[in-house]
Amino acid sequence: MSSDVLLRVTGLIKSFGANEVLRGIDLEVRRGERVAILGASGSGKSTFLRCLNFMEMPSAGRIELDGRLLGSERRPGERTYREAELTGVRQRVGMVFQQFNLFPHMTAVGNVMEGLRTVRRLSKADARARAERELARVGLADKAAQYPAHLSGGQKQRVAIARALAMDPEMLLFDEPTSALDPELVGEVLGVIRSLADEGRTMLLVTHELGFAYHVATRVIFLADGAIHESGTPDEVLKHPRQERTRAFLARHKEFSL
Amino acid sequence: MYRWDFSPVVANADLLVAGLLNTLKITGTALVFGVALGLVLALLRLSQQRLASWPAGFVIEVFRTTPPLVQLFWFFFALPLIVGIEMTPFMAAAVTFSIQSAAFFAEVFRAGIVSIERGQWEGARAIGMTRSQTLQRIVLPQAVKRMIPAFMERAIELMKTTTLVATISYADLLFAANEIAQKTFRPLETFTVVALIYFVVIFAVSLIARQIERRLAVSGESTVH
Amino acid sequence: MGHRWDFSSVLANTDALLVGAIGTLHIFAICLVLGLSLGLVVGLGRYSRNGWFYFPATAFVEFFRNTPVLVQILWFYFALPILLPFEISPLAAASLGISLNSAAFSAEIYRGGIQSIEPGQWDGARALGMRWGQVMRRIVLPQAIKRMLPALTNRAIEIFKMTTLASAVAYVELLQQGKLIASLNFNPIEAYTAIAVIFFICLWPLVQLSYLLERRLRRDE
Repeated sequence: MSSDVLLRVTGLIKSFGANEVLRGIDLEVRRGERVAILGASGSGKSTFLRCLNFMEMPSAGRIELDGRLLGSERRPGERTYREAELTGVRQRVGMVFQQFNLFPHMTAVGNVMEGLRTVRRLSKADARARAERELARVGLADKAAQYPAHLSGGQKQRVAIARALAMDPEMLLFDEPTSALDPELVGEVLGVIRSLADEGRTMLLVTHELGFAYHVATRVIFLADGAIHESGTPDEVLKHPRQERTRAFLARHKEFSL
Repeated sequence: MYRWDFSPVVANADLLVAGLLNTLKITGTALVFGVALGLVLALLRLSQQRLASWPAGFVIEVFRTTPPLVQLFWFFFALPLIVGIEMTPFMAAAVTFSIQSAAFFAEVFRAGIVSIERGQWEGARAIGMTRSQTLQRIVLPQAVKRMIPAFMERAIELMKTTTLVATISYADLLFAANEIAQKTFRPLETFTVVALIYFVVIFAVSLIARQIERRLAVSGESTVH
Repeated sequence: MGHRWDFSSVLANTDALLVGAIGTLHIFAICLVLGLSLGLVVGLGRYSRNGWFYFPATAFVEFFRNTPVLVQILWFYFALPILLPFEISPLAAASLGISLNSAAFSAEIYRGGIQSIEPGQWDGARALGMRWGQVMRRIVLPQAIKRMLPALTNRAIEIFKMTTLASAVAYVELLQQGKLIASLNFNPIEAYTAIAVIFFICLWPLVQLSYLLERRLRRDE
C-alpha cells in the first residue's frame, strides 16, 4: 500500500430510502492531488463529497484515510461509526459549504476560534492568535470583529475557509463554494482556493466553474447517475471527453472558457 | 346603592403582601425547576434512542393534556400516600408546577432547537465538534434568543396558574384574599383589590415581554411559538 | 411504594362520576359557545379603527388576559352578588369567569386571523360593491377561519381544562365528584388517578386533532 494515498474509497453506496443516490464509487486520492468533481444536479456529486467527512453516513462501502479503514463492521456489509472517530476524521478532513454555515452569533474571528477552542482545547490567546493568522491569510484581517450578517457573501465564504484551515486539515472538501455567490464575488473566493492549491494542499472540489477546474485541478471526474462516468486529467475530460454524456454536459455550460 | 369601603382591605395589607411574596416564591421556584427540567425533557425527546424519547414524550403529553388542578390534587392528596412522604402544600405545588411548566418549556425548547438550520449543525460537525458541543455552543445560544417570547408567555401563564395553590391552602395572594374577605365581610373590595394587584403585576410582565419581542423583531430575529 | 391499588371503590361510584361528567360537559358547552362567540365580537372590536369599539375591546382583552381565571371566578361568585339584587350560582360564576377569559384569548386569535388576510381580498370584494359586513362574512372570515382553526382548537382544550376550576366554588363536575369520592371512601390515590385518566382520555383526541390541524395548516401555506 503506497503511503502517499491519503484517501481510498471502495464501493461507496448511499441511499435515501429507496432512492440509491451513489451506486458504488471507487476513488483514490494521493497527497497533493486536487480532484474536481463535475456532474449535473442530481448526479450525486455533493452527496459523495458529504460522505467523505460523514456529513452523510454511507450506506455501504469502505473509506480509508491515510491507510486506516474507518468504522467497524457490525453486520456483513454494514459499517458503523462512533462519534469520537468521526470528530477525529472531520478535524483531518475540512469542509467548506455552499451556504457557508457560519455561526451568526459569533464574530468572524470567533467563528475561526470556535474549533480551536472547543475541539483543539487551545487557550483563548493562542486560539485568537491562530485565528487572526488564518483570517489574514484569506485577506480578512480587518474584518475579524465583524459579525457574519455584516459581511458580503464572498467575505463569509473566506471566513468559512479560514475556519476550516484553522484545524490543520490534511484534506479539504469544497462543496460548490461559489454557487451561492453573486457573480462579482466569485473571483475573491476562487483566488483564495487557488492560493491553497499553490501550497500543494490535497483537495476535492465540487464545482460548476469549469474554467477554474481546468486550471486548478490535477484530475477531473465526471459523475452521472451516482457513478463515475469518466475520469482523467483536466485536458482529457474537459477538452477531449470520450463519453457522450460528458460532452453533452460540457456543451450546456457555456461559461466554460479555457 | 352599595357604599364601597376599602379601609378593611388596607388594614390587612400585610396579609396581601405576604400572599404576593408567596405567589412570587412559588412562581420563581417552578420557573427555575421548570426551565431546567424542560431542557432535559426536550433533549430526551429529541434523542434518537426510543428508550429516552418515548418516556419524555409521554410525560410531556400527560402534563400538557390534563388540567393543572387535577395534577395539583393528585400530587397533594394521592402521591404522599403512595410514596409515604408528608407533603406540605408548598412542596406539592412546587413539584406540580415544576413538572407541568417543564412539559410546556420542553416544547418551547424543542421548537427552538429544531428551528435552527441544519447547516449550523453541519458547520460545527465539519470542524470536529461533538453533538453536545454543537448543542451547547452553536445551537442553544441561537435557539434561546428565538424562544424568549414563548418563554415569557409561559412564565406569565405559570404565574396565573399558581393561584390554584389557594385550593390546597397554600397562603398565596388569592388565599389571602379569601381570608380577608371572610374576616372583614368585604368580599367585593377584597377580591377587586386582589384582581387589580394580579393585573398590575402580570400586565407589567406582559409589557416587558412585548417590548422584548418588538426589539427581537426589529433586529430581524425570527421567533418560535 | 407498598400501596395496593384498588379501583373497586371508584367503580362503585360510577354514578357519581357520571353526574360529574355531565356537569363538566354542561359547563364546557356553555363556555365554549359563549367564549368563542363573544370572542369574535371583541376580536372585531380590536380590529376596528373606530376608537369607540377599539378601546373598550382592548381594555377587555388586556384585563381578562392579564388576571388569573380563578380570581375572576371567585370575584363573580363572592364579590359580584353584593352589587346585584340576586344570588349567583356556582355554575353562573364559573361560566362567567371562564367564558370572559376565553373570549379575551379567542379575540386575539380572531384578530390575528382576520389581519392575516391580504388587503387585496378586501380591495377585490369592495370593487364588486360589497359592504364591510359582506366582505367580512363572505370573503375574509371563511379564509381566516382555516388559519385560526388550530389555535381555536387549542382554546377549546384550555376551556375544557379550565372547567375544573368550577370545583373551587363547589360546582358539581368531575373533579368535585373526585373530591367527594376520595373523602367518602378514603381512597384519594385511586379517586384522583381515575379523574386524571378520565380527563386525559377526553382531551387526548382533541390534542391530537390540534396537532393534525397545525400540521395541515403548515403544509398548505
